Amino acid sequence: VKHLVEYRDHDAVKRLVERIRTTMTRPWRVMEICGGQTHSIMRAGLQQLLPSELQLIHGPGCPVCVTAEERIDQAIALAFEPNTILCTFGDMLRVPGSQRSLLQARAEGAKVAMVTSPLDALHLARKQPAERVVFFAVGFETTAPTTAATVREAHARRTRNFSVLTAHVRVPPALTALFSAPDHEIDGLLAAGHVCSVMGYEEYVPIAAQFGVPIVVTGFEPTDILQGLLACVAQLERLYESGGECDVLNRYARVVQPGGNPVARALIESVFEITDLPWRGLGTIAAGGLRLRPEFALHDASLQLPRATSPMGPSEVEPFRAGSATAVPNPRCISGLVLQGRRRPTDCPAFGTECTPERPLGAPMVSGEGACAAYYRHAPSSPRGEARG
Amino acid sequence: MCLAIPGQVVRLLEAELPMADVAFGSIVKPICLALVPDAAVGDFVLAHVGFAVAKLDEAEAERTRALLGELGDLSALDRAKEASK
Repeated sequence: VKHLVEYRDHDAVKRLVERIRTTMTRPWRVMEICGGQTHSIMRAGLQQLLPSELQLIHGPGCPVCVTAEERIDQAIALAFEPNTILCTFGDMLRVPGSQRSLLQARAEGAKVAMVTSPLDALHLARKQPAERVVFFAVGFETTAPTTAATVREAHARRTRNFSVLTAHVRVPPALTALFSAPDHEIDGLLAAGHVCSVMGYEEYVPIAAQFGVPIVVTGFEPTDILQGLLACVAQLERLYESGGECDVLNRYARVVQPGGNPVARALIESVFEITDLPWRGLGTIAAGGLRLRPEFALHDASLQLPRATSPMGPSEVEPFRAGSATAVPNPRCISGLVLQGRRRPTDCPAFGTECTPERPLGAPMVSGEGACAAYYRHAPSSPRGEARG
Repeated sequence: MCLAIPGQVVRLLEAELPMADVAFGSIVKPICLALVPDAAVGDFVLAHVGFAVAKLDEAEAERTRALLGELGDLSALDRAKEASK
C-alpha cells in the first residue's frame, strides 16, 4: 500500500539506527507521547535495535486510557436509561469504570453499540427517531474535529435525538503538566504526528522553549519514528555542546503542515470550548479537555444525565501531581505512573499475571494503544511476544 | 485511537455531507471529506474514524523517500570522518 510499506523498509531502518548510534555521544531519554507510536516501537522491536543509551519513555497518549472513570460511569448510566442507545469506539467498551465496563453493562441489559465513526452514531439516530442515541466521544485532537463535524451536522439538520458525551483531551496541557514536575526525566519528546496533522505544531514552540525540551513532530511507521529520534538526539547533542534555543522540528512533513488543518481547527473552535478535565491516573489537568459550547446544549449528553449520576466537575478529582497516581481500584496497579512515563509496564507486580488484556486491572492494559497492552503483545519476554517470534 | 491510514480518493459521492470512496490498497470505503473540502480524485488523504483529517503532500513524501535512500551514503560519510580523526 502506497505511503505505508515504503516506510517499513528494512535497510532504511538499519541505516537510521546506525545514524542515531554515530550521532549519540551520551545517554538520552526521549518520550513518545502517542500510544500508536508506542505500539509501532514495540511491534518493530525498535528498542532492541537502538543503542541502550537511548531510552524510550512511553507517554500518556492513549485517550481511552486517560478517560476518567466518572465519565465511563456516566456513559454506563446513560446506556441503562430507557429508549437510549450508547454508541462508542470498540476500544472504549472494555475499559472498566468504577464498577464495570460498558461491555459488562451490555451483558446486564444496557443498550451499547460499537461504532467506527461518529457518523455511524448519527445515522443510527436518523434511522431510529424514537430512540435517544448518545455518542461517547473519546479522543485527542485528531478525533475532536470528527465529533465537531458530526455535532454540526446534527445541529444543522435538527437531529434532536442525537447527543454527545464528550471525553476529548488535549495534548499540550498534558505535556506542560509532565514537564512542570521538577524531577521529570524527559530529555526530548516525539510529538504525535496525527494530532499535529489537525493542530499543527505552533502551540508546541513555547512549551519546548519554556522547559528546554526539544520536540520533534513524528509519524508512525518505523522509519518515521527513527527519523524523529535522529532529529531529537541530534538537537540534544547540539544543545549539550553549544547551548541555544530548543526547537520544534517536523519530521512528518508529508502529513503535517505548521498550522495543521485550518478547516478542522475552525470546526473544533466553533463547537468546543477548552475546559479543565480529570485524566485517569493523572488527576485534573488545567485546560486538558474540550466540552461542547452552550449553543449545542441540545446535543450535550452531559446535561441529560440520570439524576443518580453525579456530574463530573474538575474539583472532585485531585489536581495533577507529578509522580503520584490517583486512586485505582487495585492498589497493585501502577497504571497512573506508567501513563506518566515514570514506570515501565514490566515494573508492575501484576503485569502479565493478575493483569492481562483479557482481565485488565488498569486501562493501559485494555486499549489497543495502552503501553501495558503493547508490552504484553510485543515485548520479547512476554508470553505473546515469544509465541509470535 | 489516533490510528489514521493513508488512502487514495477514487470517486466523489452524492450525499448530504461531502463524501468520497477512498481506496486503502484493495479495500474501498466511503469517507467524509468535510475536513478536507479541497481533496480531489487522485489525492492521498489520511483517514481517521470515517473522516479524512489531512491531505498528503506528495512532494514532501518524495523528499522523505529520497532522504531514506540517501542515508546509507551519509552514514558512510560519517564513518569516514570518524576514521580520519
